[in-house]
Amino acid sequence: MDASAAMAAPDFATAGEAAPRIMIENLHFFYGTTEALKNITLALPDRQATGMIGPSGCGKSTLLRVLNRMYDLYPGQRATGRVMMDGENIISPDADVNTLRRRIGMVFQKPTPFPMSIYDNIAFGARLHERLSRAEMDERVEWSLSRAALWDEVKDRLRAPATGLSGGQQQRLCIARSIAIRPEIILLDEPTSALDPISTLKIEELIDELKTDFTIVIVTHNMQQAARCADQVAFFYLGELVEVGPAAQIFTAPRQRRTQEYITGRFG
Amino acid sequence: MRADGEMRASGEMRASGARMLRRQAVNALALGLASLATLAGLIALVWILATILINGAAALGPHLFTRATPPPGSEGGLLNALLGSVMMTALAVLLGAPIGILAGTHLAESGGRRWIAAAVRFVNDILLSAPSIVTGLFVYEIIVQPSGHFSGIAGAVAMAMVLLPVVVRTTDETLRLVPVSLREAALALGAPLWRMVLFVLYPAARAGMLTGLLLGIARISGETAPLLFTALNNQYLSFDLARPMANMPVVIFQFALSPYPAWQSLAWAGALLMTLFVLLLSLGARFMLRPRQG
Ligand SMILES: Nc1ncnc2c1ncn2[C@@H]1O[C@H](COP(=O)(O)OP(=O)(O)OP(=O)(O)O)[C@@H](O)[C@H]1O
Ligand SMILES: [Mg+2]
Repeated sequence: MDASAAMAAPDFATAGEAAPRIMIENLHFFYGTTEALKNITLALPDRQATGMIGPSGCGKSTLLRVLNRMYDLYPGQRATGRVMMDGENIISPDADVNTLRRRIGMVFQKPTPFPMSIYDNIAFGARLHERLSRAEMDERVEWSLSRAALWDEVKDRLRAPATGLSGGQQQRLCIARSIAIRPEIILLDEPTSALDPISTLKIEELIDELKTDFTIVIVTHNMQQAARCADQVAFFYLGELVEVGPAAQIFTAPRQRRTQEYITGRFG
Repeated sequence: MRADGEMRASGEMRASGARMLRRQAVNALALGLASLATLAGLIALVWILATILINGAAALGPHLFTRATPPPGSEGGLLNALLGSVMMTALAVLLGAPIGILAGTHLAESGGRRWIAAAVRFVNDILLSAPSIVTGLFVYEIIVQPSGHFSGIAGAVAMAMVLLPVVVRTTDETLRLVPVSLREAALALGAPLWRMVLFVLYPAARAGMLTGLLLGIARISGETAPLLFTALNNQYLSFDLARPMANMPVVIFQFALSPYPAWQSLAWAGALLMTLFVLLLSLGARFMLRPRQG
């Protein structure tokens, strides 16, 4: 991490350089009557990684679930405000959810392999959105698995059930599955919380690499990980966005006292 | 002071010793009663199985599968009844399983909060516990009476109506056991609902759904009451589902109550065959539900 360069830059420099891929404006989110997100305004810069940190229950997962409209499934949940992507408000009822989810992939905290072969797990998503020949599909599967640092471990058993993989392998499979549909934005909800240090390192390298093509949002409880992976870091507390800025600034010179307390481990 | 303390301690020990003894006695009593109940159930089961096995095995032979049921006083087999049962059961599965699976899927995936799902679930439970003779009478009224005669189709419809609620229930329940995270993961890839259900939920719930179907088949293949009012019986070998059709339960019922020894022994053989069939289905269901490694 080149702290001095980032430090020297003015506020929001990192965020300011790249045009925002997604602009969240005055977002409120409700589980029934409980307000889980309060007036969030946040830009997600194009082809950069935004890290989301904050104590448990502060609304990080909720924000990710807003971004790909996962909350649509549940009648009692609703969002107000605007989430702009390419001039379109993606949380308006008119937006097509399936197209949106194709563009905004999500990796969940717990691995969720489908009850099918490793190959079919990857192909499932690709088949939804594209007509690929066998050879193209083979290529896509290899590409996705390689980028998720799983190819070498599974290339000889692509037809084996995915549920037979270890937890860490399953998580990398889920990452491969998400990138196989080539989304523009990838949301990762604590993707390495169940992984060993080596897999974690591989995933972090992957995130670094993915940044060249994709816009990344990563939720993490691991400050080092946020510092390593994220260009911009947002700190949430009790449903509010307390502070956002370049990773180096947030971790070395936070402007808010609560951010300071959180990153130094005084609470949360 | 010390003596006092020791005395109190030993008093407590005696008290706790007595409590311990009482607990052990209650435990032994409860365990004894439970074992006795298990034993009673097992004895009844073994008795039934042994009776069927002894009487049925004596009547077993290849003729069962090559000859139709005989007129009183002569020899024959069960071919027409076996064939009729297989045909009607197959038709019943074709009718009942798809409707049951679709209805069960709707129940499991419509959120379950909506009042309509609750109402359907309730009605389905009533159907599940309805006496099958009522189903038989119902089908008699809507098919047999208007068409003027008993038929294999009517029998199959009655069997399908017994099967339907079983399939609805097991589909609903096994689908609801599939973790929400799996559904969300599929939808998060941009999958429409139907693809998620077809390619993720069904494979995940396959074992439970098939088990429910097998148990449902085991149940309908032994139903007698609905067939008495619908398919009735047919002394001859017949492939015509539009005519009355022979079937195992009704043949067993008639032959067992008859005064002819040849018929009675055929009834025993039939009972044995059906018991073996149901046993096989249950084993199949077991096999499918076995925990799989990996
Ligand atoms: N389905 C739900 N119904 C009602 N309230 C919910 C629901 N899901 C989450 N919440 C509440 O919304 C708030 C934010 O939850 P969220 O899962 O977004 O937190 P989080 O920041 O991801 O926490 P963690 O770090 O533990 O994953 C919490 O107070 C939580 O209790
Ligand atoms: Mg979370």
